Amino acid sequence: MSPSPTNAARVVMDEGAVADALRRIAAEIVARAPAAPGPVLVAVRRGGIPLAARLRALLGQDVPVGSVDITLYRDDAATALPNPQIGRSEIPFDVDGRRVVLVDDVLFTGRTTRAAIDAVMDYGRPRAIELAVLVDRGHRELPIQADYVGLRLATAADERVEVVADGEAESATVRVEVRGPRAAEEPS
Amino acid sequence: MSIEARGAQTGPVRHLLGIDDLDARDITQFLDTAEVFFGVSTRRVRKVPTLRGKTIINLFYEASTRTRTSFEIAGKRLSADVVNVSVSTSSVSKGETLLDTVKNLEAMHPDVIVVRHSASGAPHFIARHTRAGVVNAGDGTHEHPTQALLDAFTIRRAKGHLADLVVTIAGDIAHSRVARSNALLLAKLGAKVRFCAPRTLLPIGVEQYGAEVFDSLRPAVRGADVVMMLRIQHERLTEALIPTTREYARTFGLSRSVLAEAKPDAIVMHPGPMNRGVEIDADVADGERSVILDQVEAGVAVRMAVLYLLGAEAGQSPLS
Repeated sequence: MSPSPTNAARVVMDEGAVADALRRIAAEIVARAPAAPGPVLVAVRRGGIPLAARLRALLGQDVPVGSVDITLYRDDAATALPNPQIGRSEIPFDVDGRRVVLVDDVLFTGRTTRAAIDAVMDYGRPRAIELAVLVDRGHRELPIQADYVGLRLATAADERVEVVADGEAESATVRVEVRGPRAAEEPS
Repeated sequence: MSIEARGAQTGPVRHLLGIDDLDARDITQFLDTAEVFFGVSTRRVRKVPTLRGKTIINLFYEASTRTRTSFEIAGKRLSADVVNVSVSTSSVSKGETLLDTVKNLEAMHPDVIVVRHSASGAPHFIARHTRAGVVNAGDGTHEHPTQALLDAFTIRRAKGHLADLVVTIAGDIAHSRVARSNALLLAKLGAKVRFCAPRTLLPIGVEQYGAEVFDSLRPAVRGADVVMMLRIQHERLTEALIPTTREYARTFGLSRSVLAEAKPDAIVMHPGPMNRGVEIDADVADGERSVILDQVEAGVAVRMAVLYLLGAEAGQSPLS
């Protein structure tokens, strides 16, 4: 199928820009609270996984990394069709008293972040939860904001912002693409 | 995946009435989903908000502590409201028909009804008369699908897979919905099933399950990966079908000596409640090969998966 003009991808961040953004975010995470205990990273599945891995490579290998799947915490879980593909949430360390940095790819309505916060709180009582995202595309539906942002991007609500990771975890190369609205017959 | 795929044709899975209705992909879906919920049950907050606002009714026409409690905990860990209706406290004992009971429950708009009944097919009857999703928690001598799923889950965690395992199911096969559901499930996932029971406790048409049949336990256990013991069902008058309990124990009871015939890493299972000293010796039930309490632990996770996969969709579709 040849792409129509509306869904042609426009690259807004290439790997170089992503690498710069992640270096800046890592520096900001360290600068905010340099004292012990250090931060822990919790990736929001699945988009946050490669980003959290790359942030850890920048912050140092002693920074614990976990992940949460927000399927069971979605605010539409009781009305949407059940998603049988629930990912595993893995936080193999104690979050009590820690500074948890949630890592996600795109911040949009804020509903995913709300769910991720609830998921983390069910593992313990962190001292603080912060949010790092590669792209903040606006259109919030909840009072949520990111502490660390790679790129603030003005978008139309029906545009699609996709973070494409090629490769595994910390060695993934990442770019950010914007596409037009999804055609009605296109599967989601 | 399969549940969504099937949604395109016949609608999503709304009920869990028996293993007979499922294919291998459905079963694997339930087991994989249960793995996620198994993790939830080990966290500090053993609860997720997924079914908040949903109502689950446990309708139990037969006594059951383990299964009812397991469903109740599963529903509560999904944040659903769980209501228990048991026979001794309900209008059933005042002569109300099953249909009237269901119509009355239906008027209170439950999302899922979990039903145990001594009559085979009762859950299917209820499913035809309610908008709620129906889960069979054991119907007569027919099926007990969540028990089979939790047994498969336990075996898979212990062995890593089910295909090609030799599974010996021994005891009152004729009256056991557990044996029936397990035999159906294990066959669908490629395990090799053996039945072991006195002739009087084998079902009519036992050949249809494709199981190898033994009339004493020692050869039935030889080389087995899994030994699943079933109890003598006093409430179904099984005693009339065996000479004496002591003689039964001698030929069909699982002792350490008999278990030594199984593979060295074989696991021992029992759906409970156990009759120690009859179908299973105490030192085997409590021994290092026993996964009997793992089964109970798996039960909550498996039932969470079932309620999750049925519960979100249930209560939305019109009566057919």
